[in-house]
Formats: sequence, structure tokens, C-alpha cells
Amino acid sequence: MHVRAGRFRLYAAVAEGGFRRYATYRVATAAGVFTNTVFGLILAYTYLALWDERPGLGGYDQAQAVTFVWLGQALLTVMALMGGGFEGELIERIRTGDIAVDLYRPADLQAWWLASDLGRALFQLLGRGVLPMAAGALVFDLALPADPLRWLAFLTAVVLGALVSFALRFLVALSAFWTMDGAGVSQVAMLAGTFFSGMLLPLNVFPGALGEVARALPWSALLQVPADVFLGRHTGLDLIRMYAFQLGWAAALLTAGRLLQAVATRRVVVQGG
Amino acid sequence: MADPSRVRFRRAQVRDGLRAYRLISAMWVRSLMAYRLSFAMTALGNFAVTAFDFAAILLMFSQVDRLGGYSLAEIAFLYGASCTAFGLADLSLGSMDRLGKRVRDGTLDTLLVRPAPVIAQVAADRFGLHRIGRLTQGALVLTYALVVLDIDWTVVKVLTVPMMLLGGAGIFGALFVAGAAFQFVARDAAEVQNAFTYGGTTLLQYPPTVFAKDLVRGVTFVLPLAFVNWLPALYVLGRPYPLDLPVWVAFTPPLVAAGCLALAGLAWRTGLRSYRSTGS
Repeated sequence: MHVRAGRFRLYAAVAEGGFRRYATYRVATAAGVFTNTVFGLILAYTYLALWDERPGLGGYDQAQAVTFVWLGQALLTVMALMGGGFEGELIERIRTGDIAVDLYRPADLQAWWLASDLGRALFQLLGRGVLPMAAGALVFDLALPADPLRWLAFLTAVVLGALVSFALRFLVALSAFWTMDGAGVSQVAMLAGTFFSGMLLPLNVFPGALGEVARALPWSALLQVPADVFLGRHTGLDLIRMYAFQLGWAAALLTAGRLLQAVATRRVVVQGG
Repeated sequence: MADPSRVRFRRAQVRDGLRAYRLISAMWVRSLMAYRLSFAMTALGNFAVTAFDFAAILLMFSQVDRLGGYSLAEIAFLYGASCTAFGLADLSLGSMDRLGKRVRDGTLDTLLVRPAPVIAQVAADRFGLHRIGRLTQGALVLTYALVVLDIDWTVVKVLTVPMMLLGGAGIFGALFVAGAAFQFVARDAAEVQNAFTYGGTTLLQYPPTVFAKDLVRGVTFVLPLAFVNWLPALYVLGRPYPLDLPVWVAFTPPLVAAGCLALAGLAWRTGLRSYRSTGS
């Protein structure tokens, strides 16, 4: 019990460190807010043109479609959809061999980076999510939930999405044990992240089988699912089903990360760091 | 007007700059080519990343026939023109957004003492030939549009296309330089530059009818992005211009580009003069 509490304190401190680290880049954050707002504006107009042509496309009305755009901008850095999370640093540590030091620490590698990445994600949500959304609400008619419970449901979906996002990027980073630079895998992951998360276009607008496949892949847990929870498309039993979908992917991918970590760690010993 | 020796000096400066740019970028290309497979992969990746923008448009057109009153071929024309112009600027000046990092870590100082214009060194630094991926992607979409579109070609229309690409590249190039100049002041604000460069090219991929009039007014009269492709392309397509502008504005992009580059150059020199090393 004692050890447990100590562990928790350790990871809480790591998460706080992750939060603080990003919080120091104030100018960069302001610049990011500006960029997210500009992209949100441009995309919102293109969505409006699309929904003008096809009202009710994908089951969204215009306000919901535009809200989807701003949710995408708000969650872009939270979910590190285009990269920019912890993975670059972990890849660098693997490449330089510093990872050997990390493995000697009395903390679990995966849990350590998870804590740090969740801290980062929380900062990004507050730092780069709230303001662009507020700017969007000033210019457009957004479908913001009035029910506080729905906000809570949304935040839960965001947390679960962040877990899936971390699990995916942990796998990407570990690939560096074999490829050494991880650049190729990172790029493929980034492509998959933007395409299959709904960042380009909501996944329920994707035609036919492509849409079905996209909605079943883990990336849909990062943006599509939280956005649909926010827009009130999943309630009651359906909401539970969506959480189960996110949790299922999180568990599967985190387990895969564990296994890969075990295999990779043995490699470090073989190489001698 | 100008004193001839000054003009000669200026010309020599430009020649020096271009020479330094050529040498440094050639060095980076050689170093990239040491790992050909890696280069091929990053170029392909660059191609794929940008191709997703067009994939989004294709996905939209899987649901509709028109967007903002424009057909897929017409939007492909706008997209191809914007993406190609941006690709040219990105290939030649895309490294400039690293300036903020150089200011922060103090490595800009090493460039200041070298006997070559700083702007040429910054622009050629880590010259990324893999950016050719974006350029190729834009050129392919533009070619597709030119093949599919049913245009009554005249000599003037034919000439408008290359003029539009070069003028557009000049305007985007000015944005890269101005963005870098801004980073002398705001060191870690590289993302602001992205809003204008990447944001600008995204905006121009769609017809002006999609956007609110004030936004169109802003990118015509304040930040003259509309001259990159909207105004010349709409002339080629025989579409009405936004804001009821006169016909001749279609032929002004080279002038607008020259003006933007001059202003950006001024901003750059001001930024460089104000630079104080971090001393690290």
C-alpha cells in the first residue's frame, strides 16, 4: 500500500512536469492558438459550403459540422494527431542509447512516458483548445452542449482518446529500436492520424466501406468519438459502447506496447546500450 | 536617381547571395544524396502528406457535385495553382522558419560572421530537396485540371498560367521572408508563420465564393493572397472575380509579388539590424 502511494506520487509529479514543461512556452502557445484559429476559420467555411450543398450530410446539421471543425482544432495537439508529443524525445533517447539509463530507473518506462504525455495533453487542452473554440463561437453558430453532464461525458471520451493516442505513439517510438531513426514510422503514423481520426473530414462523411473501416480503427477514438459525444450523438447505452470501444483499443495497444517494450529491452542488453 | 557605384554594389551583393545560396544548398543536396533511400522516402512522405489535402477535396466531391458553385476540375485548378506556387516557395525558402530556433540557441551568430549574405545562408540552410514532393503533388493536380477542364484557350490565357505560378511563388516567398523577420522579435512563434503560409495555401485551394466577403477582402487588399491564384485563375476559368474587381487585376500578380518581396526584404533588414545575440 505504501509503495503504491509512492508510485502514484511519482507519476503525478511526472505528469505535472509534462504540464509545466509545455506551459513555459507561452509565446509558442499563443502562436499555436492563432494558427488553430486561422485553420479553424478556413475549414469552417469549407464545411459550411459542403453542408450547404448537402444539408444533413453525415447526420450533422450545419452548426454541428462547424463545431466538429473547432473540436478538431482543439484536440489536434491534445491527441498529437500530427506528431509533436513525447515520441520524438523517446526516439532520440533510443537512438542515442540514453534509453539504457531510463531502464535503470525505478519506474516503469511506459507508465513514466504515459504520465508525462497526459500532463502535456492536459496543458494542450487548456492552452490550445479553449481559446480557438471561443473564437469559433464568436464567428459561427456552434452546437455547444447546455447539459454539464454532456461536457463531463466529453471529457471522459477525451481522456480515453488520449490513452489510445499515447498507446499508438508509444508503439511508434519503440519501433526506433529496430529502425534507429523512427522517421518513416512516425510519418506513416502521422498520415494515419490525420486521415483516420476525422481531422480531414468527419469519418461519417467517408463513403461506404472506407467509412466503416475508418470508424473501426483506433484513430477514430481520438477525434471522431469525442466529437460525437460532444455533439450528443452517443447517449445512454450507446455512450457506454463508445467508451468500451475506446477502452478496448487502449487496452489492446497498451498491452502491445508492453510486449514490444519487453522484447526491445532485451535488445538493449544485447547491444550493450 | 541612384548613384551608379551603389547600384553596382547592390548587384554584386545579389550575385554573392545567389552564389552562396547555390553552394550551400548544393552541399545539403549532396549530403541528402548520401542516403538515397532515406531521401526517396522523405520525398514520398512529403508528397503523401500534402496529397491528403486533395484527398479531402475528393472525399467532399464523393458527396457533392459542386462546392461553392465550382466543379471538381475547377477546384483542382485552384488547388494545383496554389499548391505549385507554394511548393516553389517552400522548396527555395521553406527552411527560413528555422530562424527562430537559430535566434534562441545562438547559432545565428555563426552565420553573421561568414562572408555571405545572412538571408542566403538562412534560406539555404538544411535545404530540403524532399520538399519537391509537395511541388510534384501540386503540379500533378494542376496537370489533371488542365487536361480535364474545358477552357477556350487564348494566347493570353496560356501565358497567364506560368505567370500565375511564378507570381504566386513570389508572394509566398515574401511571406516566408517576412515570417522569418518576425521571428527576430518573437523567437518561438514559428507557428504564426504557418498560419499564413500553410493556412494561406489551404485557403486558396477553395474558391472565394466559399468564404465570407470580409475574409476575401482581407486576403485581397491587406495580405494579397488572392493574387497568388484566385484572380489570375478565375480569369482563365472565365469566372467572375470576387469583390467585382476589374479584369486587368488578373495580370498584376508579378507586380504584387515584387512589391511584397520588397516589403519583406525591408522587414528582414530591419529585423536583422535589431538582432541582439543571446550570447550563449
